Amino acid sequence: MGLLSRKATCNSHGQDSSYFLGWQEYERNPYDEVENPQGIIQMGLAENQLSFDLLESWLAKNPDAASFRRDGQSIFKELALFQDYHGLPAFKNALVDFMSEIRGNKVKFDPSHVVLTAGATSANETLMFCLAEQGDAFLLPTPYYPGFDRDLKWRTGVEIVPIQCTSSNRFQITAAALEEAYQEAQRKNLRVKGVLVTNPSNPLGTTMTRDELDLLVNFITDKEIHLISDEIYSGTVFSSPAFVSIMEVLKDRNLGKTEVWERVHIVYSLSKDLGLPGFRVGAIYSNDPIVVAAATKMSSFGLVSSQTQYLLSAMLSDKKFTKEYIAKNHKRLQKQRSKLVAGLGKAGIGCLESNAGLFCWVDMRHLLSSDTFEAEMELWKRIVYDVKLNISPGSSCHCSEPGWFRVCFANMPEDTLKLAMQRLKSFVGSIAVNDRSHQELKNSRRKFRTKWVFRLSFQSFHDREQDER
Amino acid sequence: MAAMSKIATGNGHGENSPYFDGWKAYETDPFHPIDRPDGVIQMGLAENQLCFDFIKKWLIKHPEASVCTAQGVNRFKEMALFQDYHGMPEFRRAVAKFMGKVRGDRVKFDPDRIVMSGGATGAHETVAFCLADPGEAFLVPTPYYPGFDRDLKWRTGVELVPVHCESSNNFKITRDALEAAYVKAQEANLRVKGLLITNPSNPLGTILDRDTLKNVVGFINEKNIHLIGDEIYAATVFMEPEFVSISEIIEEDDVECNRDLIHIVYSLSKDMGFPGFRVGIVYSYNDAVVSCARKMSSFGLVSSQTQHLIASMLSDDDFVDDFIAESKNLLFKRHKYFTRSLSQVGIGSLKSNAGLFIWMDLRKLLREKTFEAEMELWRVIINEVKLNVSPGSSFHCHEPGWFRVCFANMDDNTMAVALSRIRTFMLKNNEAMVPPRKLCRLSSLKLSLSRRMDDLMSPSILSPHSPLPQSPLVRARN
Repeated sequence: MGLLSRKATCNSHGQDSSYFLGWQEYERNPYDEVENPQGIIQMGLAENQLSFDLLESWLAKNPDAASFRRDGQSIFKELALFQDYHGLPAFKNALVDFMSEIRGNKVKFDPSHVVLTAGATSANETLMFCLAEQGDAFLLPTPYYPGFDRDLKWRTGVEIVPIQCTSSNRFQITAAALEEAYQEAQRKNLRVKGVLVTNPSNPLGTTMTRDELDLLVNFITDKEIHLISDEIYSGTVFSSPAFVSIMEVLKDRNLGKTEVWERVHIVYSLSKDLGLPGFRVGAIYSNDPIVVAAATKMSSFGLVSSQTQYLLSAMLSDKKFTKEYIAKNHKRLQKQRSKLVAGLGKAGIGCLESNAGLFCWVDMRHLLSSDTFEAEMELWKRIVYDVKLNISPGSSCHCSEPGWFRVCFANMPEDTLKLAMQRLKSFVGSIAVNDRSHQELKNSRRKFRTKWVFRLSFQSFHDREQDER
Repeated sequence: MAAMSKIATGNGHGENSPYFDGWKAYETDPFHPIDRPDGVIQMGLAENQLCFDFIKKWLIKHPEASVCTAQGVNRFKEMALFQDYHGMPEFRRAVAKFMGKVRGDRVKFDPDRIVMSGGATGAHETVAFCLADPGEAFLVPTPYYPGFDRDLKWRTGVELVPVHCESSNNFKITRDALEAAYVKAQEANLRVKGLLITNPSNPLGTILDRDTLKNVVGFINEKNIHLIGDEIYAATVFMEPEFVSISEIIEEDDVECNRDLIHIVYSLSKDMGFPGFRVGIVYSYNDAVVSCARKMSSFGLVSSQTQHLIASMLSDDDFVDDFIAESKNLLFKRHKYFTRSLSQVGIGSLKSNAGLFIWMDLRKLLREKTFEAEMELWRVIINEVKLNVSPGSSFHCHEPGWFRVCFANMDDNTMAVALSRIRTFMLKNNEAMVPPRKLCRLSSLKLSLSRRMDDLMSPSILSPHSPLPQSPLVRARN
């Protein structure tokens, strides 16, 4: 048998992580209000399903954009042939306007600095290929999106070194944590090429404070490294404090046209803000023309379908629509989040105060049998199999403290959220009463556990050990 | 200042090749029949523009193929959310069926082996990532598509070792050439992981015959290396001999083959003329490769909006059957017109039956048999004849004097203009042979006249090697 590459045979794609295994379990037994009311409710998927009616009504009012026409004329041929990696100019113009609008028009973006990519997945990988060699490292604050392990490391050979953040200060980035991460990289003989932050944060749902952003700018200036700000959730900031983009901070500090200006890059996508993950619309925004040039060429490996570019250029150029969409979307996200928080509260569960994102960072430390990740896994399995909710354990996000879970709220109607909260309440109630019989339950369940489930708890331990080494 | 990576700052993107220089010349001065009648005509872009009217008719009849129209919007939300890297089942089924039909239904493709990618560009890179580690190599017969230098090597660190093919036997891939390349790789301390063939060939426009295919399969099995068949031009085979796919060869009784070594790269960019929609496919007979490529497809999934459109279109059996026939017919006609007109002015090309281009033989126009002379001639063609064609050296051709010239990416009028420019150029080249009086008449000829001349073509077509091309213009006057 012909040998495959190392990349093909290792598991750096990260798919053995519990994050993905929970998905698999959901797929085996998905909740459906009518067909499968006892099924697992998907709360592990950060999707925005609350505002499709707004998109659909726009489509109804704009039949040309919907069917390859412009001013009544067919442009099908033009679009079918358009494969210029510079992207459709009308789309890039509309996109930067939209990005500005999301930031309260406090910053303006230049369309010639934009590189379109097949989703943020591709944007992040492309930036790694541009900024780092195999074996170099990027620092990432924990907890972070599990997909980064694949997107940043798998085919690029780049390493991730965590910047440990803790609940003691609401998981904010500190100067000490930054420095410690940098030293850790040095100890491992890894050359640090930059820091990558997600702002607003996934999985925390919080926006970074100006102090944190200033800290980052100082740090990357001092170390002469890059900063990537993944702002994929920038349009989901539904309550104060208002979103502060890294570009705004650079502008306010008069750092335009300085060296550090060219070392800051933004990643964006329409998957979360507009709820269109299927359309694969990602973007890199960089102030360094060499990065833009290199990334543009690399985008050949994952261009955005011209059909999609055209549709969205029409949609995002409609300023009346974008204004209305942004406002209504925020309201709905805020409302749904409140319902989740209230429901959790009724179950005696708290969460990190958050003002953005499509999820909450939920505190279930008090439900752990011990302050360990093994206990977290035990609890998670029960929530998936017994409570029938797929949520994401903090360990899959590389959180340094056990007991935290990411719970999504924007990918379901209100009724389903209500049901999920009821199930959770019953579960929590039953823990208190049946503490002893839970131990028996655990023992009998063990007989039914399949091999991969055992591997699951071992795996996340194993992964973490590698990070800590 | 934090440096960027070597990949980003080096030349691995391959865009400094002359293949792209011609594009740049075109972009600064593009031909337009009204606005820029003296602009450069693009003949360096292998696009299939002949079937759009046919496709548009289908689209008008099927508004539900778009998830954004009133007829299709009931599926909008589902599509907008669909990011499963397995791809839509309807999409995979439709593509598998289309691939089968293109091969005359002589072979069936399994929808579960269909993996998406960001165009064939993404597919090639993904396959390289799956099969080879940095520093390992693939063998590629020359001449080959310049984009491979970027797609297979740039970010993967994989090397390409050429398998030299010669005009003396019409650039056939011989067992000797394969062995020689393999040895050369070993001497350079490169571990060969696979052989990449493009069939039908870009830039040759020819297909591999059964014997060659069997030879190739025999070779890779013996060496235990992978075979990647880029069949992106499969539906552009417009005349005999019939296309034979790798997928057919491995089914033959007398062929011994380890299927874990067989992989196909496909796309809708050439066969359907949809490069903008980025529909690339990796089809592997190796389960581990399917699984790995599928995970990697996250970096270049096909937009679900596009998956839905393609699924609707390619599920329509009548449309597909008619399209395949119509496309072949239009390509055949255009190819015939083009090659005949060229031979009338003494220009020959490799006999071909597929692709969107011809492999033009301009060796006799070279000042000397060198690549420098080829580049000189190429600059003349771009700057004086005002045609962007692609020099053979950019395809790593072993012999100077060959050019790839595309014919399917323009309308009839533009084709006629291009041909008249070629005629003018060829006549000027043979100025000494043609009396000056007739030269004046030549310059005042209109397009329609040159079209009529083709109709008046006598059966005694000039030999491409004739040193004294008798001007058809002169003939028409008589």
